Amino acid sequence: MTLTAPGAVVADAGAKTRRQEPQAPGRRAARPSAGWLGVIPLLAFAAVVLGLPVAAMAAGSITTTNDAGGTVFTDANFAATFDGPYLESLMGSIRLSALTAFVATMVSLPLAYAIVTSRFRGLREAVLSASGVIANFGGVPLAFAFVSTLGNAGVLTGFFGLADKGWSLYTFWGLAIVYLYFLVPLMVLTLTPALDGLKPQWREAAQNNRATGFQYWRHVAFPILFPTLLSGFVLLFGSAFSAYATAAAMVGSSIPLVTVKIASALTGDVLVGQSNIALALGMDMIIVAALVIGIQLVLQRRTSRWLS
Amino acid sequence: MALLTAPRGPRVRRTAPEARLGRTIALAPAVVYFLVPLLCALAFTVGLGDPRQKPSLDAYTAIFTTDGLAQSLGLTLLLAGATIILVFGLLLPALLAVRLVAPRAKALVAVVCMLPLVVPAVALGAGITTVLRWATDWLYDTPGFPLLASLQQPAFPVILVLAYALMALPLAYTTLEAGLNAIEVKVLVEAARSCRASWFRTLFLVILPNLRDALLNTAFLTIAMVLGEYAVSALLGFQPFAVWTVAISGSHAQLSVAVSMVGLIGTWLILLAVAKLGRSKASKETS
Repeated sequence: MTLTAPGAVVADAGAKTRRQEPQAPGRRAARPSAGWLGVIPLLAFAAVVLGLPVAAMAAGSITTTNDAGGTVFTDANFAATFDGPYLESLMGSIRLSALTAFVATMVSLPLAYAIVTSRFRGLREAVLSASGVIANFGGVPLAFAFVSTLGNAGVLTGFFGLADKGWSLYTFWGLAIVYLYFLVPLMVLTLTPALDGLKPQWREAAQNNRATGFQYWRHVAFPILFPTLLSGFVLLFGSAFSAYATAAAMVGSSIPLVTVKIASALTGDVLVGQSNIALALGMDMIIVAALVIGIQLVLQRRTSRWLS
Repeated sequence: MALLTAPRGPRVRRTAPEARLGRTIALAPAVVYFLVPLLCALAFTVGLGDPRQKPSLDAYTAIFTTDGLAQSLGLTLLLAGATIILVFGLLLPALLAVRLVAPRAKALVAVVCMLPLVVPAVALGAGITTVLRWATDWLYDTPGFPLLASLQQPAFPVILVLAYALMALPLAYTTLEAGLNAIEVKVLVEAARSCRASWFRTLFLVILPNLRDALLNTAFLTIAMVLGEYAVSALLGFQPFAVWTVAISGSHAQLSVAVSMVGLIGTWLILLAVAKLGRSKASKETS
């Protein structure tokens, strides 16, 4: 690191005279290790708080307690998760997450663009902060809001007599509608910085070359935004896949979801060994999430050059 | 030093009539979709949903008299504060170190910060439950037992702070990275250092003020996350705010919806106020 400050920055004379002092030797040599010191607490924290539970779960998922009370290795837990109701819940979660994440990604781009280009700074702030609150605080209040809107005793259900027309919130599509409510804000939040990063010069350059608005989007903006869209989609998939509070708070939910299955297997009064199946299901979830994120990393590395 | 604040805000300012129309088309359905459930929930809490019921504000007056609410809310806010401190304490040194002195650690830090995304909250809860069970299974006569027990004090469950901080990492990392990307950390530091600012002054008067938006956002999103967190706390058997509202939803449906809506809208208003405060302060400094 070279300290080449232009003289204009240093206005006061005091600083100038102090600048004449020779650079203390050795300080630069000490820095690399000091740099790692800043990183180490984070790594240690992750290793303990993330690594330990995952290791414990992995160990539990491949063992079981036999009749004598000893712990033995088994593949029965994982086999159970790929069978019957457990497999159904796993597929249900994947289907719901993929669908809602895709829809939310498509819907959010025009929405985020409309917000970013808005002349009203107030609108932008209101929407972004509301998005932050919904996307993060979401879960339980969201379930309550939709239950009281479209649930069995909901306001709109009663007002329009939806129950007679066969409407039920506690179906796959009902849950999808609820999930979009926190996925769209999450995507808007993800896209806003990227849209802010689209330099006006790029649009001007495109216009100077007689590009139409569509051509600008097709050949300039969209390719630049693509990594963000992609990583946003993956983020949404992950959020939807791991969402539990919404489904748990929507009492009467008959949709098989893997998170609900894990929680009931862990907390419910079930047979011995059932909790280890829950751990195996948890490992399944981790594997799915890891696969998706791995795919995203590979794709993203190719294209994320412009916005950083 | 405050003059080093980089310009921010929307760069695209273009309002052709068709653009305005497009904006309306994009925003109008979204406004309906996002407002209707909130309005209906509010209508539900005052009893407008059920024709047999007389509209009243009972659900809201009950907020102040119901047992357990103040307790769970207090616990949750305490946890949120501790979580924010922990997240900043872990992330800021790491991110600055990566930018200034250890660029080779960048990929590692990114991976570690995004790793919690791979572990869904329910799975994390299941894993933590398993670890905590070790206390009674194997560690009964070792120092591990009091350690694990001390993590689970109902008055202040440290284990939840650890779990929340882990779950907040990806979001905090992305927000802070975006904030750091928007400013030239290295140039700012070099400029400040060449003005003979100490590392302390450089950090607190140059870097952090430039990151104010990102820091505030991270802090409040973390609070929102902690207020809404359900899975881990429910699996571990604690009863912070979100778990409490679900627990009472069976017997006090209107009250639980009312409390949730107050929490949701209240958090949003606080976030808005903070954004406004931050902005007026920034404009005062730059003028």
